[in-house]
Amino acid sequence: MLGIAKRALGTVPFFAYVAIFLITPTLVVVVGAFAGDEGGVTLANVRALGQGYILDAFGRSILLSASTALIGAVLGALLAYALVTAKPGGLLRRAVTAACGVLAQFGGVTLAFAFIATIGLSGFVTVFLRDAAGVDLYAGGVWLFELPGLVLVYTYFQIPLMVIVFLPALDGIRPQWREAAESLGGTTWVYWTKVAGPLLAPSFLGSTLLLFANAFSAYATAAALVSQGSPIIPLQIRGALTSEVVLGQANVGKAMALGMIVVVAVVMTLYALLQRRTARWLG
Amino acid sequence: MARLTFRRRQSVFRWVVLGLLGVFFVLPLVAMVEFTTRGDQKTWSTLVDWPQLSETYPDLADGIVMSLGQAALTAVLMLVLLVPTAIWVRLRLPGLRRLVEFLCLLPLTIPAIVLVVGLAPVYAWVNYLIGGSSLTLTFAYTILVLPYAYRSIDAGLSAIDVRTLAEAARSLGASWFTVITRVVLPNIRSAVLSAAFLTVALVLGEFTIASLLNRTNLQVAINLLGKSSATMSVAVSLAALLLAFVLLLLLSLVGDRRKKAS
Repeated sequence: MLGIAKRALGTVPFFAYVAIFLITPTLVVVVGAFAGDEGGVTLANVRALGQGYILDAFGRSILLSASTALIGAVLGALLAYALVTAKPGGLLRRAVTAACGVLAQFGGVTLAFAFIATIGLSGFVTVFLRDAAGVDLYAGGVWLFELPGLVLVYTYFQIPLMVIVFLPALDGIRPQWREAAESLGGTTWVYWTKVAGPLLAPSFLGSTLLLFANAFSAYATAAALVSQGSPIIPLQIRGALTSEVVLGQANVGKAMALGMIVVVAVVMTLYALLQRRTARWLG
Repeated sequence: MARLTFRRRQSVFRWVVLGLLGVFFVLPLVAMVEFTTRGDQKTWSTLVDWPQLSETYPDLADGIVMSLGQAALTAVLMLVLLVPTAIWVRLRLPGLRRLVEFLCLLPLTIPAIVLVVGLAPVYAWVNYLIGGSSLTLTFAYTILVLPYAYRSIDAGLSAIDVRTLAEAARSLGASWFTVITRVVLPNIRSAVLSAAFLTVALVLGEFTIASLLNRTNLQVAINLLGKSSATMSVAVSLAALLLAFVLLLLLSLVGDRRKKAS
């Protein structure tokens, strides 16, 4: 008995650290979401999530995450497939995978400025189109700093992430399966709908969910791009953290944060389940 | 014959996809270069001239210094915290492995923007105890990098036979400290190195927590600069992007060597 206690001593620093800087913040959010301004348990904060502007922000966040996850998943899967058909271990595949690693993980503020330089009001493409083709990108208003702009910029990091998470599944597809389908008289169409499609479907769906969670949690890009208003929920939380607190709303930010945890947790659980299914065939 | 047409069709498909998406991905980078070299501005020469940079843009210089400090401290703290724990749990407390893994991967399901809401009161104490320096962000960043660092170190430990190595060393009279630092650690060197690289890359790109806890780092400085000098902030963005690319390229080379070695 004493032995176990002594052995466990070695893990104390790790558990203590995680308790302070990970578990405590999580509990602050979860408990705070149900605490009134003066203490005591209340459902008022969670009920406040039903207010129009918060529901709208959640709706827009989900719309943004879902659309960029779908676009990113489809285009990323195409790119991954193009890489798989290239020579394995070749320079092309190496270079594109490395670039994808950077772009998928290193988004944030940098990315916002990249797009301001590209299609901002005096950006490269904007100026070029205006001078050379007479096309005004912003004839219908400056959409870069609103939801359509966010969709475009988010796509820029969603596609590389899809390549990274979907490539292993595509690598698991054996050429022998295609040959088997062909030798039995199957066409390319039959191969994709009856063999490769069903095999890749769980992994594709899982990757799409991961992309959704990724976009849903993203903050920096939107924060750097959108300075007026708070169209999506991470920006609403920024507002709750930085602005003067409205009486009786001190903990609404925590309720919004709890809402985000719930959405991400549901999505990640589904992802884990699909991942287990994928591993059965394409491990 | 059919095989040949198939190969050709596949190759056409490959180049069409790569071409179209390539334009989408390269265009913003080209635009950044064009944006920062417009007219006869001295953006790039200022950026590489440290004394002039810190004089003209003190906030940016401060942010760069802070980010480098945070990256170094986070890498050290992550290694000190995670490596001995991971080894110890594998050797002596296998029952705790699932729990440690769960805790390490937990930050993946908690968005940084949510974590910062809960960190605010914790950091009120940090402020009170050790002050409000931007370097204190190290504590939060160590949590953020936990999932990536853990995966890397755990993969490294799985590739070697930790138990046999430890038993051999113990039977020759080595202390546990010697076992961890002089027997196991050298064997997972490349995993530790890749965890450190990932940590540095992630910390250099962090914005959410620094910005909302009112501290500074590279990304906060870039964002602030964007309001006064768009050209300079685009130039620094591009430089940071290239730096991250080099870091991750080095990382993939380290990974390659590991695969070859095993």
